[in-house]
Amino acid sequence: MIKLVSVYKEYPRSGLALKNVSFHLRKGEFAFLIGPSGAGKSTVLRLIHMAERPSDGEVRVSGYSSARMKRRDIPRLRRRVGMVFQNFRLLRDRTAAENLSFALEVSGARRGDIKGRVQRLLAQVGLAARAGAYPDELSGGEQQRIAMARALIHDPVVLLADEPMGNLDERASRGVFDLIRDINSSGTAVLMATHDLELVRRYSGYRVIELSEGAVVYDSEVADAVS
Amino acid sequence: MPYHSVREAVAAFRRAPGLALLSATSIGLSFFVLGTFGLVTYNVDVTLRGIERRVEVVAYLRDDISAAQLELLQNDVRSFPEVEGVNHVSKFEAMRNAMQQLEEFRDVFTDLELNPLPASIEIQLRPDFRDPESVERVANLIALYPFVEDVRFGREWVDKIFQLRRLGGAVAAILGIAFAIVAILIIGTTVRMAVLARREEIIIMRLVGATDGFIRRPFLLEGFITGLVGGVLALVLTYGAHLVVDGSLIDLEWLPSLWTAGGVLAGGLLGLLASGSALRRHLVSYA
Ligand SMILES: Nc1ncnc2c1ncn2[C@@H]1O[C@H](COP(=O)(O)OP(=O)(O)OP(=O)(O)O)[C@@H](O)[C@H]1O
Ligand SMILES: [Mg+2]
Repeated sequence: MIKLVSVYKEYPRSGLALKNVSFHLRKGEFAFLIGPSGAGKSTVLRLIHMAERPSDGEVRVSGYSSARMKRRDIPRLRRRVGMVFQNFRLLRDRTAAENLSFALEVSGARRGDIKGRVQRLLAQVGLAARAGAYPDELSGGEQQRIAMARALIHDPVVLLADEPMGNLDERASRGVFDLIRDINSSGTAVLMATHDLELVRRYSGYRVIELSEGAVVYDSEVADAVS
Repeated sequence: MPYHSVREAVAAFRRAPGLALLSATSIGLSFFVLGTFGLVTYNVDVTLRGIERRVEVVAYLRDDISAAQLELLQNDVRSFPEVEGVNHVSKFEAMRNAMQQLEEFRDVFTDLELNPLPASIEIQLRPDFRDPESVERVANLIALYPFVEDVRFGREWVDKIFQLRRLGGAVAAILGIAFAIVAILIIGTTVRMAVLARREEIIIMRLVGATDGFIRRPFLLEGFITGLVGGVLALVLTYGAHLVVDGSLIDLEWLPSLWTAGGVLAGGLLGLLASGSALRRHLVSYA
């Protein structure tokens, strides 16, 4: 469903960020993407979201291929791929509900449907009561839940999470991670970049892909197959 | 989704009314200069057309021309495709005209038995054939008739009229282009600032899968409306200038409504084009 085939990514000034990266994430699968800072985790996520194009190799996402994709096809892909970030990226001059309705409106939802869907999304992330709150009135954990609700507006096949708990304390992190697992258990694949090795160890049943200096140095799935 | 575009464009005006007003005003001023120029050009044109209507070829006839030959000549000339009308001026009429126009003439010639002035035919050309080449061609053709003594036409006049009009056209084009460039730069700056003001929103729109067209539309609408407002402002200013000048200095005709409507619409289109090209430059950085 998501497949990276010998992907290289070179940035103009900083050189090779990814070297010969290949992996396959199946429908509904969960995988941690780990590695030291600068290893290329965010770059992998941006490639899957087609915010970047590979310098070489191919990125395939849900029937789309980086090799054949035109700029005008990207919006349709993005509606299949939800993404959240460490810094939430909510619009600060809009309430929680307005952030969601804005995202729905601009990505082609029918206007009649928007109100109902916003309410359902808020309920899904457990924030129905905070619909009218502005981001600054929400805790970090709550803001990340709104951001996740926004990533889910079009029922994506995969949720890309770039250090989603990077800015959160212990308790808020647990809440957000529980939500991510909820989302995964309802059939959405998850690829989550994280620094939190403690968390990765605790959920040792999940697949782990480790990057170092732009190369995949460990993939638990491949390792299991070998051993 | 036109609703979104309209709402966003209105929000943009609300967010930075000063900026919107500034760019509309600058377009308005640019087009005002163009409008003033259009007013002058149009009035020069009207005047020129009046002068041009007088462009005619005069063929002086020999005294011994018979009535039948005169008839033949007139009918011949009238059948030229370039000719609108032919008017015969007899020796007597020529003398009477001369005496009306020139007093000195009256003293010298009142008691002269012999009228020195020749009869003539005055040939009016159709509007399409008042250019120097056609006038000369007709004059040369008429000169070929045996009982035509001499052919005159306002050659310098004809040339001058056409030079004036060409010069006017060139000046208008240069000024027009110069001011259009200024207006485009100003709208481009306005759009860039509008894009910056909506930076966060554009990033989110890209993130959740809004199409390029959808992201562009409010900016294009904003540019179009700004241009239209500028066009209307220019129209009002130009009309004001017309009111002030007309009657007090010289008589000025107001522009035909096709020009004014076209001018306002051109303002809108210029706004649209300027914001479109600015968007092409400033939206690329948003992956
Ligand atoms: N837009 C960019 N332009 C140039 N170089 C970049 C760009 N983005 C990332 N890089 C470089 O690519 C390499 C990988 O960066 P990336 O952000 O993918 O790492 P990361 O694993 O996400 O790191 P972190 O854990 O600190 O977020 C780094 O060397 C970085 O400097
Ligand atoms: Mg990163």
